[in-house]
Amino acid sequence: MDSTTLSTVLFLAFVAITLFIVWRASQTNKKTTDFYDGGASFSGFQNGLAIAGDYMSAASFLGIAGTIALFGYDGFLYSIGFLVAWLVALLLIAEPLRNSGRFTMGDVLAFRMRQVPVRTAAAVSTLVVSIFYLMAQMVGAGALVSLLLGITEPGQKNLIIVGVGVLMILYVTIGGMKGTTYVQILKAFLLMTGAALLTILVLMKFNFNISELLGAASENSGKGEAFLQPGLKFGKDIVDVTTGNIDPVKTLWSKLDLISLGLALVLGTAGLPHILIRFYTVPTSKAARKSVNWAIGNIGAFYLMTIALGFGAAAFISRASLLRGFKVDANGCFIDAKGVAIAAGDNACLNADSLKTLDADTLATVKLALQPVDTSGNVAAPQLAEFLGGGHGTTGGAVMIAIIGAIAFATILAVVAGLVLASSSSFAHDLYASVIKKGNASPEKEVRVAKIAAIVIGAVSIFLAIGAQTLNVAFLVAIAFAIAASGNLPAVLYSLFWKKFNTRGAVWAIYGGLFSALVLLVLSPNVTGLPTSLIPLGLDGTGFRMDVFPLANPGIVSIPLGFIFGWLGTVTSNEKNSAKYAELEVRSMTGAALGKAAVH
Amino acid sequence: MGTNDNDVWEKTQASPEFQALKKRFRNYAFPVAALSLVWYFLYVILTGFAREWMNTKLFGHITIAFMMGVFQFVTTFVIAWAYDNHSTKHLDDESDKIARKVEQELGK
Repeated sequence: MDSTTLSTVLFLAFVAITLFIVWRASQTNKKTTDFYDGGASFSGFQNGLAIAGDYMSAASFLGIAGTIALFGYDGFLYSIGFLVAWLVALLLIAEPLRNSGRFTMGDVLAFRMRQVPVRTAAAVSTLVVSIFYLMAQMVGAGALVSLLLGITEPGQKNLIIVGVGVLMILYVTIGGMKGTTYVQILKAFLLMTGAALLTILVLMKFNFNISELLGAASENSGKGEAFLQPGLKFGKDIVDVTTGNIDPVKTLWSKLDLISLGLALVLGTAGLPHILIRFYTVPTSKAARKSVNWAIGNIGAFYLMTIALGFGAAAFISRASLLRGFKVDANGCFIDAKGVAIAAGDNACLNADSLKTLDADTLATVKLALQPVDTSGNVAAPQLAEFLGGGHGTTGGAVMIAIIGAIAFATILAVVAGLVLASSSSFAHDLYASVIKKGNASPEKEVRVAKIAAIVIGAVSIFLAIGAQTLNVAFLVAIAFAIAASGNLPAVLYSLFWKKFNTRGAVWAIYGGLFSALVLLVLSPNVTGLPTSLIPLGLDGTGFRMDVFPLANPGIVSIPLGFIFGWLGTVTSNEKNSAKYAELEVRSMTGAALGKAAVH
Repeated sequence: MGTNDNDVWEKTQASPEFQALKKRFRNYAFPVAALSLVWYFLYVILTGFAREWMNTKLFGHITIAFMMGVFQFVTTFVIAWAYDNHSTKHLDDESDKIARKVEQELGK
């Protein structure tokens, strides 16, 4: 059995088991509103695992390991922001949010405000953030499949995206929050186990000496010492092509971009709606605190293990094979992603040396076959797994790559289910029940709308993901984090801790942060101005450009703007509701009357 | 929600017990959150602007930058543990007490 078949079998087993679990979970739902919060009955430990499962996307698992494998230290630097971010969630958000809301981010934001404008803003922001994040995950799913299974045909890739979309809709509509939570717990367990297995196998090769692992990685990377130092990917020194000296202005921008990215990562996490609603699945604020601590333990341990995975891949897998999707078999011959030898002329086995003997025409054809398929290193972890199992063509290698491939699919499924749940909850609870029906919808009707919304949002994101396959996954994730940090976080923090905060402040903070982030992204080199932009600049340097904002990450400007808009909106409006603030403050600090809905 | 309920919330908010609880929470959570962000950005800024120093080797292939990165993990774990400890010892009982009192008065 080859790795593709085995991978498919394992993945189908995961799908079958999770669908059964989700169906069982739906049988135990007691109240209609269990759709939103799973009955608020999970323990801190369970929710901690589920948070880890909700948070660690394929971008974490494959992306960070791949970034380390290609850029060394900078990949490690990238992972740290994703962890430290949890301290903001722990210290400022998780407990008061659990105590003062019920189902959505909008619950807390609209607590003491006028319902219609604030809930509309909360729903818009939830939908925008979740859909960008969904697109990232689904585009990633398509790319992952083509790399792991050697599928290049667009039709088959689209089929995978549709399949992922249909599964996430089934999880959410059948199992609601409870079913989704179990899927996330199972995924977190599988991901941690898989990562731990690879980590131990890598470290065994170096007698558990990290320094030797780093040394081997830097040597095999071909980058030498620079591989273990910051600066290969983020905050690069930019050299002026004409003088050959470092361009001080561009270098400064590049370093500010690094800080801007750090800001979005650290402040975005606590503003991601699909993360915030996880705090509602436990009964008390104390359990919410415990669940964040379990999540920090899990996520931290996982990112520490990615050090071994990423540097391990750099040490054992050739850079060519990491970058290009073609691999080298046991005899040193080039094989393509499907495992077929790349032959040229009478060379059945083409390797690095025989390349030099080819004539110009054959070399040109071969070079086409060796073209980079993937410059983000997404296949580093599966390739490392194959190597650790015994290499390409061995049973061990096939088993390992199949296991890691199946875990990666499971990872994507658990995250997209969480995102669909968050956005459909917000649509039904914030928009439908509070804005359209003005609070006069029965819970049954509300949840029915949520399920329909899940189907529609799922369908829309399938459609968008198929259209967006050329977009960079990391870019889509960065958009989601930047909007969450610029719009949602200021609004949530002001709501919980600032007495004067009011309706206009909340609305301005959310829309102000959201649009600042989006506008700056459109005016950034992500969209125009570089050969790698969305609308690429011609190689001769001509073409349409509007890149007036020099940073790829808008956070350093848009996050302060979100806070300023929130403040400005608040002080220019006379509205205040001290009685409701008294209730919010006492509820959020003590958990009084928890479970008894605040009547708005 | 009647006026009576509003009175309960406002009276509780104004009570010295609640104010003390709020102060104890904020005096811990706010500075610790601020300090952990400062510590993180100090690390990020150093990796951007003090590369030579960060690349100093401590032993083998381990540099200051690598150790500082690992130390970010350690401090995150320690802060998370310490905050939970602080809350269990100094906040949970008091907040439960106030919550029960509020619920009793709301029930009247």
